[in-house]
Amino acid sequence: MQPILSLQNISYSYHNLKSETPALSEISFQVKEGEFLAIVGPSGCGKSTLLSIIAGLLHPESGSLSFGSASTIGYMLQHDHLFEWRTIYRNVILGLELNKAVTKENTDYVLQLLKDYGLYSFKDKKPSELSGGMRQRAALIRTMAIRPDLLLLDEPFSALDFQTRLTVSADIGNIIRSTGKTAVLITHDLSEAITLADRVLVLSKRPATVKFELPIHFDIDRRYPLAIRTTPVYQTYFNLLWKELSDDLSESQAK
Amino acid sequence: MIFQKAKPNNLTNQQAFILAHRKHHHRITFARLLLLLSFLVLWEYTTRSGYVDIFFFSSPTAILQYLYRMILDYSFFKHTGITLLETIVSFLLVTVFSLFFATLLWYKNSLSEILEPYLVVLNSLPKSALAPLLIVWLGTGSKTIIVAGISVAVFGSIISLYTGFCQADEDMLKLIYTLGGNRKDALFKVILPSSVPLILSNMKVNIGLSLVGVIIGEFLAARQGLGYLIIYGSQVFQLNMVITSIMILCAIAMGFYKIIQTAEHCYKKANKYS
Repeated sequence: MQPILSLQNISYSYHNLKSETPALSEISFQVKEGEFLAIVGPSGCGKSTLLSIIAGLLHPESGSLSFGSASTIGYMLQHDHLFEWRTIYRNVILGLELNKAVTKENTDYVLQLLKDYGLYSFKDKKPSELSGGMRQRAALIRTMAIRPDLLLLDEPFSALDFQTRLTVSADIGNIIRSTGKTAVLITHDLSEAITLADRVLVLSKRPATVKFELPIHFDIDRRYPLAIRTTPVYQTYFNLLWKELSDDLSESQAK
Repeated sequence: MIFQKAKPNNLTNQQAFILAHRKHHHRITFARLLLLLSFLVLWEYTTRSGYVDIFFFSSPTAILQYLYRMILDYSFFKHTGITLLETIVSFLLVTVFSLFFATLLWYKNSLSEILEPYLVVLNSLPKSALAPLLIVWLGTGSKTIIVAGISVAVFGSIISLYTGFCQADEDMLKLIYTLGGNRKDALFKVILPSSVPLILSNMKVNIGLSLVGVIIGEFLAARQGLGYLIIYGSQVFQLNMVITSIMILCAIAMGFYKIIQTAEHCYKKANKYS
């Protein structure tokens, strides 16, 4: 099957007058349609830079990027950034407004999403009246409203407290899985990566390269992250990833 | 006030809280009035008993009498009206200009880099130094005075609005770009709506500065208005006239401030920020 996203030898550096900081070096990978890919790496390794490049907000200094059949990309940020001066409904149709696509068909779709994700009765409220988990679901609806073929998730749960985080990541994982969307998740949380993804890429410390790749498969239903966490295979995955990551950490500490 | 709404199913603790809150407010208001009243009484007493010369310092009753006379011969309405009008016109123009230029500077980054030193110089320049020049260019009259009012407020206003625009959350702008928006969308969907509180607080400063500019203008280039009365009164040693005009100015400044504060309050209430 043709990959929906493929990166070839992508490199990127940040520049200032004093020095050049290489962030990404020769990164190549592919994402298949319907796949859920997680990318983990030590903090500050350039994970967000990678997503910005995929989203077209930054241009790679070398290498190439191709999108197969994907034409619309949805991006979910770490914080929900719901606008306090808009109601929830007007927040979630922001993308439609920007693309001049506020049609009956699209707003019906948005209302359906609000119903599906239990936010319909809150659609006329202000964001500050919602809990952290609800806000993040609203942010997901805002992203889904433009019907993206590819979802980019930039640590979307890291600003939530631990309990909310477990339920919301399970929620959002299920939503994405049930709609069959392709997703790329960036995270520094190994458990999150294992419970949500079909495949995990480990990036090295800066300048980031793809260091390790781990396909994830569970025999049990993926809808229950807590159940997954108790299985022995989860432990095996976790230890494998942890080892890859901590190699990097101990190296950098030795320096 | 939100506290005056009836809340039928309140707990007694809640009622007690509201009561304490109201009491506190009443006490503050009372203290304020007391301060004003004792100042007026002291003023009246010292001038009447001759401790202070009434010729130089006037007195509350003398001011009231003078005010009454001004109202009777309509000069109160003429002078106050003209000052009010000039201040409001220059305030509105300052608001429009500064919003327009701050937006332009935000939109074109290089433009703001180029203009920055000029704005800084124009902002720090004492605007009263410009007044004689304005008289030569524009003559004596309302035009000069309005321009003087604008010149005092506009540069600082542009700078503070522009600085505020630049402090908008980077991630909110990123959100707009990820959803397929451009810089214009960022301006209308993020920068301007998120800056409403800033714009309102900026207006509070501007209305005061416009009044300052208008009075400077009237000192130098007017035949009417409160600034003119102050200068004229001091020249003919009519200190009742001077101090009465100053009192009217106090009331005007207070009134303007209150109007914008009310607007701010309404905005906050509508957005449930309070």
